[in-house]
Amino acid sequence: MMKPEDALIAHSGLDEIAAKSRLPALLDVTQSVSGLLLALFMWGHMLFVSSILISKDAMYSVTKMFEGYYLFGTSQPWIVAVVIFLVICLFVLHAALAMRKFPASYRQYRKLLVHKSRMQHSDTSLWFIQVYTGFAMFFLASAHLFSMLVNPGEIGPYASADRVWGGMWPVYLLLLLAVELHGGIGLYRLAVKWGWLQGSDAATGRRNLLRAKWIITGVFLLLGLLSLAAYMKIGFEHRDRAGERYQPSLLQSPAPLRPNVPGSAAIGALARVPS
Amino acid sequence: MDTTAEQRSARRLSFNILRYNPQDPASRPAVQRFVLEEADGMTLYLALTEIRETQAPSLQFDFVCRAGICGSCGMLINGRPGLACRTLTRDLPADISLAPLPVFELIGDLSVNTGRWMRAMSERLEAWVHSQAAEDLEAMEEVMEPELAEQIYELERCIECGCCIAGCGTVRMREDFIGAVGMNQIARFRLDPRDERSDQDLYQLVGDDDGVFGCLSLLGCHDVCPKSLSLQTQIAFLRRKMLRSALER
Repeated sequence: MMKPEDALIAHSGLDEIAAKSRLPALLDVTQSVSGLLLALFMWGHMLFVSSILISKDAMYSVTKMFEGYYLFGTSQPWIVAVVIFLVICLFVLHAALAMRKFPASYRQYRKLLVHKSRMQHSDTSLWFIQVYTGFAMFFLASAHLFSMLVNPGEIGPYASADRVWGGMWPVYLLLLLAVELHGGIGLYRLAVKWGWLQGSDAATGRRNLLRAKWIITGVFLLLGLLSLAAYMKIGFEHRDRAGERYQPSLLQSPAPLRPNVPGSAAIGALARVPS
Repeated sequence: MDTTAEQRSARRLSFNILRYNPQDPASRPAVQRFVLEEADGMTLYLALTEIRETQAPSLQFDFVCRAGICGSCGMLINGRPGLACRTLTRDLPADISLAPLPVFELIGDLSVNTGRWMRAMSERLEAWVHSQAAEDLEAMEEVMEPELAEQIYELERCIECGCCIAGCGTVRMREDFIGAVGMNQIARFRLDPRDERSDQDLYQLVGDDDGVFGCLSLLGCHDVCPKSLSLQTQIAFLRRKMLRSALER
């Protein structure tokens, strides 16, 4: 709480004459750090989600790993809920800070839009994508995050596929596009904003960063689209038994362990633990 | 002259020039079209001079040096800020639109008063050497390392043409934003050993959303600077230094 005499000075608009606030600096760096953490989280998220492209068992093992199965011997979905809660906190923080940069009135928006369309300048246009995708994620990411928070145990080859096929796929498709564009552009902008990864020549550094940005965005988009298609296919095939949970293949049939099948070691461990 | 050069010089250029005289109450902003035959090595400055001499004697635009040194002839060329004297028509399509730089006070047609804006910015940022040392006119000048002098000189190359301000998206939203020209000034005096101001003092000048932390990093300034100053690097450097200054307080 501000002291009454400080509030008096601040209310008159004279508070920054003696010393400017540290807050603009702290808000700026917090926006950058929260964005960086979210982008790194999304990279990890994509890699784990796309384990479905290897096999249902691989995705099942990843799910069980995050539920602490291999640590506690039983599934503990609350661990997933805690992670989701932390991500929500980071997401809200980043959104609140990034909103400071949004045009705040139609007048400002129109001025910027004319500036962008007349300038035809790559980085100015990229920033508009950040604003649009950021705005879209207020709603898309919130829908996803809150549905996962209340059902943290509903992640798995069938549970996720049923959810995707059961009506959520348009949200996931739009969210995928928004996240991958926003994250990729955000990381590039972070680097040029703070002068990271520039190398000895800033112009070459920026060109390389842009190229890397588009490659990373392309790869993650492709991975995301393939994964979404895989979940939709499973969801479609499983539509008559929607709600039924997946059983790893080793529990489905007493076939001997095949060490060369991806994920089989983990499944093997799982098979030996009575659930 | 080879065929390509002949074809190039035979091009008919169409200039769409925004015309408006704020001094005349009857004047309304309107685009006037002029057609001109392209000459070899023609710059926009030469084209505008020809238009004024042969078609529109009242056309207003600024120039002094005609060599990219004075920064007077900045204007929006097909939407992007640039210097008329440094822009060759052969690098442009046959349809060329010209408009005055935004943000600055409009004098008329393509002529703007960048001086008033630049002066206000310099006064606000106290863009001069701050020294408490007593002046001794008899004493030898203090020696400066040539490398440092070079670095300062590099930033001194700014001609305050206003292109970075006209190319800045942040300025369109925040009219009080100091822009790249302002941050370049701060970076220049920060390097100067004769200036006794600390980073804390500089934070007081640029440590807010009208200063370095308001910059959206769109890099329009960097990409349109006619002097190719490394504005991207300077702004990033200043941002890091000002953050450190805030954290150490």
